[in-house]
Amino acid sequence: MRWLLLKDLRILRRSPGLVALLILYPVVLSVLIGFALSAGPDKPKVAFASLVPPGETAVELGGERIDLARYQDRLFESIDRVPVDCDGKTALQCEQAAIDKVESGEALAAVIVPEDFATRLGGLQTLALSGPPTIKVFYNADDPVKAAYVEDTLRARLSEANLALASRFTDAGLSYLDRVIDGGTIAAPGTGGIEILGLRGAERIVERVRPSVTSAQRAELDRVIRFSRLARENLGISEPLLRSLREPLRVEQVALDGGDTSLSSFAVALAVAVSQMFVTLLLAAGSLALEREENAFARLVRGLVSKTGLLVEKAGLAAVCSLVICLAMLVGLGLFVDLDWGRAPLWVLALAVSALAFGALGVAVGAVTREVRAASLLCVMLSLPLAFLALVPSGSVTPAVYDIARAISAVFPFRPTLDALDAALNDSGGLATALAHLAALALAFGAIARLALRRFV
Amino acid sequence: MGTATKQALVADGIAKRFGTREALRGVSLSVDRGELVAIIGPNGAGKTTLLSILAGIQRPDAGSVDRDPREVGWVPQQAALYGKLTVAENLRLFARLEHVEQPDTAVAEMLELTGLGERAGDLAAELSGGNRQRVNIAIGLLGRQDVLLLDEPSAALDPRQRARVWEFVLGLAARGTAVVYSTHDLQEAARHADRVVVLADGEALFEGSPAALGEAVEREGGSHSDFEEAFVAFLRHRGH
Repeated sequence: MRWLLLKDLRILRRSPGLVALLILYPVVLSVLIGFALSAGPDKPKVAFASLVPPGETAVELGGERIDLARYQDRLFESIDRVPVDCDGKTALQCEQAAIDKVESGEALAAVIVPEDFATRLGGLQTLALSGPPTIKVFYNADDPVKAAYVEDTLRARLSEANLALASRFTDAGLSYLDRVIDGGTIAAPGTGGIEILGLRGAERIVERVRPSVTSAQRAELDRVIRFSRLARENLGISEPLLRSLREPLRVEQVALDGGDTSLSSFAVALAVAVSQMFVTLLLAAGSLALEREENAFARLVRGLVSKTGLLVEKAGLAAVCSLVICLAMLVGLGLFVDLDWGRAPLWVLALAVSALAFGALGVAVGAVTREVRAASLLCVMLSLPLAFLALVPSGSVTPAVYDIARAISAVFPFRPTLDALDAALNDSGGLATALAHLAALALAFGAIARLALRRFV
Repeated sequence: MGTATKQALVADGIAKRFGTREALRGVSLSVDRGELVAIIGPNGAGKTTLLSILAGIQRPDAGSVDRDPREVGWVPQQAALYGKLTVAENLRLFARLEHVEQPDTAVAEMLELTGLGERAGDLAAELSGGNRQRVNIAIGLLGRQDVLLLDEPSAALDPRQRARVWEFVLGLAARGTAVVYSTHDLQEAARHADRVVVLADGEALFEGSPAALGEAVEREGGSHSDFEEAFVAFLRHRGH
């Protein structure tokens, strides 16, 4: 078997195109999957034009001065800001300049903050009936995917800004309520503050003068005192109500299954599993089918090599090659993703066992198809659906379809490989179960391959 | 067993069925040491199946062969060698798998035999069909077994290469190697075989010397001018 193994390695060495394909194809594919899973599209380019005059970007809320630039910064965390030159332009011209950026394709969207943004925002805490400020958003809908992404991103960020401002308004409202109940000073521009007596202070004054008035007047004062107490108590109740408006919903998340694997770590496990599947299946299936295409199989199994030995050699060769490639991938990905290097022995164990399972499946494919081209085609046709089936999330399909997907995934090595790699990389648990599953699959596919060799000549 | 007596190979009552088709029906064959036996017959007669069973590649449904496959040299009809290996590497690989004691010496010998010494470093995939067949035969001869099975060995060879191969095979027979070969070339059968076995529809219809086949045809009232005519007349008389 040693000579056969050396022969196969020599043939591989003389097939640089095949080797490059076997390495590059899964690596490129897995990197793409990794990117798709671990990162959304790039930040959308958004033209941002603030028409608010310089020096008017702050607003007084509840006696506190708030710089609106802070809320702009929060928006810019999610977008790539395309500057709009508004120097020397009217508000209308500036707005048009931002829209031009969208129409020319330089930006996917334009956000226009109106001139009266701060004034209208400040007016919300007064009785001025000017209404809230309106931020205008223009976006390009040529590409529906990106348009949806831009729309979602801007809506999410503007909602966050809205919520933050609402929180500040609530605080301001609560502060006014406190003054109404207990009295105090309310800041007012240019006056240095307005002294508010408050319900409690008014009540105390009325109680103080009550003994010195006539009984008819006392009855009137008692009505004032009752009103004051009632108002204080009810306004006191409104305080927790207003506070709850700041965060009406609280979310408590509990993961029912799996560990605390981060998306990037899972993407690494997925990328490696996909690569391993491709490399091992194609090598094992191709190298076995090649023995028949070269007419060498009949010569070999005439006592030179046993059929089982031949299968072990092919599966082993493919497993060793894929192990080397996948370990190199992990080391490479480890430069970009935070991996626990102390768990490296478990990586090797998971990769070795899963490579053997894929190797067994590969020789089964090679033995059944009997031709290199047919074997390669079947490997590719098998791999992609297996990967997709294993990634079908629960709840995305009907329970029956999900059960079928799980059942199919369970009889092929991809899903247990993903579980084993996830457990080895991220300590998500279940490594022993996944390895036992893979070992059982290796034996089962080895047996199928051995049976298929009966009609291999 | 075979080497202790004159008989080198004995096959008894070999039957093989592929689905509903009977490929071989109770074919028996005995080959003596140093004897050359040609298996001839029309296409689909079962020649390759018989040789495959004698070589241990296929198992018979019934009957037995008295030799272990490893004791039998085998040259398949289609060249069985690796295109990505050189001629010498192919020979060396099989010499090692055959556990030949001195593989390099055996390789040199076979390169000399096939006349491919100058192309020892060429990839097998770059060889012509004839040269591939020469390497194929050389691989079958590597083990120096005392029984050699050749399935249409000269099919892809030019006359000069064919003569060279036969010179070597006849030399092996002269040294006591039993040779069984199938062929469509009836002149080759008549010229080299001590005995011919005529197979048709999986049945052995005749076994004897090439001259005896002509005599059998004459006994049945047929006429012939050469072995090929005798063979055709023989089959026609039996409805083939």
